[in-house]
Amino acid sequence: MIVGRVSGTVVSTFNHPIFDSRRLLMCDLLDADGEDTGKYLICVDSVDAGQGDTVLIVDEGNGARQVVGDPHAPIRAVIVGVVDEVSVDGRTRTYG
Amino acid sequence: MQLAEVRGTVVATVKYDGLEGVRFLIVQPLDRDGEPSGRMVVAADAVAAAGPGEIVYIVASREAALALPEPFVPVDHAVVGIVDEVHRP
Repeated sequence: MIVGRVSGTVVSTFNHPIFDSRRLLMCDLLDADGEDTGKYLICVDSVDAGQGDTVLIVDEGNGARQVVGDPHAPIRAVIVGVVDEVSVDGRTRTYG
Repeated sequence: MQLAEVRGTVVATVKYDGLEGVRFLIVQPLDRDGEPSGRMVVAADAVAAAGPGEIVYIVASREAALALPEPFVPVDHAVVGIVDEVHRP
């Protein structure tokens, strides 16, 4: 899993049916220090994350399919948590 | 998933069984600012409607094949949606 920050939303009306009524969020990916890496992912939201939230992202197909409850879903990136705190090498960052 | 711009199409008459009728698009992956990022790739069109110039989102790896009618096919990128708008406040 990786930590990211919600930076925006993606709106799409013509898509694979699995995305109907699902929120797609743009997430900037963060490093262990909470700094922006310059990379991003478009993720399916499963926890009602909001703009600016620091989130936990699964970028792996089996886990993603389990979250959306469809064994054939063509989805790989899913937001599975809203991060409150990250502690690395004794340094703690709190979010929210 | 990542953003990409459709830049062209690929036509192949002879294809692996299961890929009949699947359209292939040349897409340029984009960074979060909409600028080209990395090399263009060939992606199967799982929405069967994307055309050159459109901004789409693509899924990579094994999950790409799952977007197609026959999910056990050798495909590593698929277009799964056409983007109307990216809202980044």
